[in-house]
Amino acid sequence: METATLETRGLNKSFGSVPVITDVDFVLRPGERRALIGPNGAGKTTFVNLLTGNLRPTSGRVLLDDHDITELDEARRIRQGIGRTFQITSLFPMLTVRENVFLAVSECEGIAGNLFRSALRHRPQIERTDELIRRVGLSDVANTHAQLLPYGRQRLLEIAIALALRPKILLLDEPAAGIPTADSHVVLDILATLPKDIAVLLIDHDMDLVFRFAQQITVMVQGSIFAQGSPREIAADPRVREVYLGDSKHGLAAAS
Amino acid sequence: MTAVSTSGPAYPAASSQLRRLALPLPWLATAALPLFLPGYEPLATQILVMIVFALSLDLLVGYAGIVTLGHAGLFGMGAYTAGILSVYGITDPLLTAGCAMLVAAATGLVFGWAMLRTKDLTLLMLTMASAFLLYEIANKATWLTGGEDGLQGVNFSSLFGTFAFDFRGITAFYYSLAVLFVVFLAVRALIASPFGWSLRGIRENSARMAAIGCPILKRRVIVYVISAALAGLAGALQAQATQFVALYSLSFELSGNILIMLILGGSGRLYGAFIGVPAFMFAQDLLAKQDPANWFLGLGIILIVLVMLAPGGILGIAERVMAAIRRRRGAA
Amino acid sequence: MTTAITILFFGIAYGMILYLISVGLSVTMGLMNIVNLAHGVFAMLGGYITVTLMNHLGVPFLLALAAGCVLVAILGFVLERLLYRHLYGRSELDQVLFSIGLIFVSAALARIAWGPLAQPIELPDYLKGQVEFLGLELPTYRLALVGFGFAVIAGLWFGFDRTLFGARIRATVNNREMAQSVGIDTDRLFALAFALGTGLAALGGGLGADVLAIAPTYPLQYIIYFLIVVAVGGLGDIKAPFLAAILIGLADTACRYFLPEVGAIFIFAFVFVVLIWLPAGIMQWRRS
Repeated sequence: METATLETRGLNKSFGSVPVITDVDFVLRPGERRALIGPNGAGKTTFVNLLTGNLRPTSGRVLLDDHDITELDEARRIRQGIGRTFQITSLFPMLTVRENVFLAVSECEGIAGNLFRSALRHRPQIERTDELIRRVGLSDVANTHAQLLPYGRQRLLEIAIALALRPKILLLDEPAAGIPTADSHVVLDILATLPKDIAVLLIDHDMDLVFRFAQQITVMVQGSIFAQGSPREIAADPRVREVYLGDSKHGLAAAS
Repeated sequence: MTAVSTSGPAYPAASSQLRRLALPLPWLATAALPLFLPGYEPLATQILVMIVFALSLDLLVGYAGIVTLGHAGLFGMGAYTAGILSVYGITDPLLTAGCAMLVAAATGLVFGWAMLRTKDLTLLMLTMASAFLLYEIANKATWLTGGEDGLQGVNFSSLFGTFAFDFRGITAFYYSLAVLFVVFLAVRALIASPFGWSLRGIRENSARMAAIGCPILKRRVIVYVISAALAGLAGALQAQATQFVALYSLSFELSGNILIMLILGGSGRLYGAFIGVPAFMFAQDLLAKQDPANWFLGLGIILIVLVMLAPGGILGIAERVMAAIRRRRGAA
Repeated sequence: MTTAITILFFGIAYGMILYLISVGLSVTMGLMNIVNLAHGVFAMLGGYITVTLMNHLGVPFLLALAAGCVLVAILGFVLERLLYRHLYGRSELDQVLFSIGLIFVSAALARIAWGPLAQPIELPDYLKGQVEFLGLELPTYRLALVGFGFAVIAGLWFGFDRTLFGARIRATVNNREMAQSVGIDTDRLFALAFALGTGLAALGGGLGADVLAIAPTYPLQYIIYFLIVVAVGGLGDIKAPFLAAILIGLADTACRYFLPEVGAIFIFAFVFVVLIWLPAGIMQWRRS
């Protein structure tokens, strides 16, 4: 398993004259389990989009293993190992779960241009597809159209597609959004089965999930990094509690 | 949107055995057609040729999600290539059909490579403009194509040097049937391949396909070239079966008709072409000769009703009926 | 020199007809985000009404034009409410098929009502013959056509830029959700814009009946030209299509005059290149 370090230096992004991300220096190391939290509108999703290449920064750089990838587009970054799930579900609605995952597997393994041998006869890729589906617990609906799945299971399918691309770095933008709290442990279980070398950045409002998953937490407020540290340090930080006061229903206090 | 599958419903294993056994039946029945419907060979041949053409269009419209109103441009390139070669003395049916495929594919490559980076109305306009362009060129280059009078002196030699294209059209019929069978197998293999799956992915969500690393333009150009080759083959068949090539083979009218035939049967379903083309052509044969106004009135109303009430064409309706029956059985 | 001016003049007259017919198409396609191939139907109908009122009932030309415009606008309003509104948000393919269906139905009905042959328009005496203009003999009809066209365009552009209705259309083309959130009744706006667009097409059809002959094949035969104007001009605007229409009118006329053996080849090649170069039409060029 290859590993990689993702880093930003002096990253800025503004929409028109409105600064959304200001001077962010950030490092995600191989095997790290980091969560990115912050109040609504803090710029978390914008930050992820800058990491994946969906957006270009106004200034600053994005580095992968010390190589500057600021100018690379999304598809190129994916091939270099930066995988992500979308906050708003983006699937192939009229295709089955199996087809959804196979598309990603076949692109990743370079067989998607094959014209004549049936997809189903590509045994290794089909097996990998089924293995991924099993891993996210969707085997029972493998032949169901993605659009017919309940929202929570669509989120799991998103994760399966992201994993199919063999990411070295996985960016999960609210993977548990829409999943009933009682079932968010499913997401946690999946995250627990990820290879140890993959670096994972989790963005979520579910503090229970965040505190059980993360070894490191980055708090973003108004586009800047506000605090970083272990879950224990973050939970004990009075300034973070203050920022989250209006948001106490997320259970920061309970989680500590 | 309805939840009807575009890849055909998932059948349980037992009935897939049955389907495999049943597959040759329609082909054998069609092959026996000249025995009990003598005199209908020319119409039947026309239908077979149009099914080949509609299959090539289904790859674009039904699978890759590329709506084109200029597919006749590629059909006509094939027809004129085969026809002109025969006028200049190269008369072997298979050789000229091969050349027709090559020329149509090359045309598809040039146009496709230029057009397919656009989308929506612009792409639709470009497909139309490309076919109008070819039509006008054929219309004006009378020294080569015969212009409005059509290409004169088209004459092909016997198939394999043995089976002459006879007056009744028996040879043309079996020749077209054999070509259709091969094309059907090829298209079926293509849509089941990883490439075929990726086409449907592009149709469903091209932004997401780009995000999983798919080279979208390249895939779309490849399928356009394949579709062009098959359309050119259909054009060559037409020229060989009728020993004539007219401007109609490049016309907007034909581009529209073939799209209607495909949609009538059901696009993205492989068998849609086999249903829609005969339905359209039999109806046209019966009605249009009597009164073209009534034919167009009926066809127009059918199209409007189809769009408003029954997306998915005849096969789409059949699928919904089957699904309803299955649900009722499941409930009982 | 004389030839150049004659071509310029005929080209502008032709472009004017194309513009009057196509401008409504540009606005409705941009506004409602649909592909409508059947726009020529309304121009054809305007032509039939104008010709019939004049030739059979002796109605004066201008009155017949106005009647065609109003009747077709009402029909457009009804069709939008009854049929077209079900197509918003549907696939491009559905919209294409629906509009082809509408073309077939209207062409068949026109054929049943008026027969397969073209309906010649009997121009009033004051539009017959030639007038001297800048030392040139120019056909009166085409001169009137150009003048009338400019008058309509002036009114249209003024309305689009200065009236509330125009502002609402521009706002909705730009951002439908935003327009709805500030209280624009987009349903009503769509119907009115559609009625206006079809009415203008009818006007263009009637006015241009001597240039584009009125026959059941009309909507299919000229569809490519109307669509070219919209695609080359760009969607949802009323000024860019004018430039496109005049450009195409001039290019087509010049080409037919100087290179008759090339015919319409040039215009299709031209459109092909323009659309590859500027996929969003010449509006894109102006913006960048």
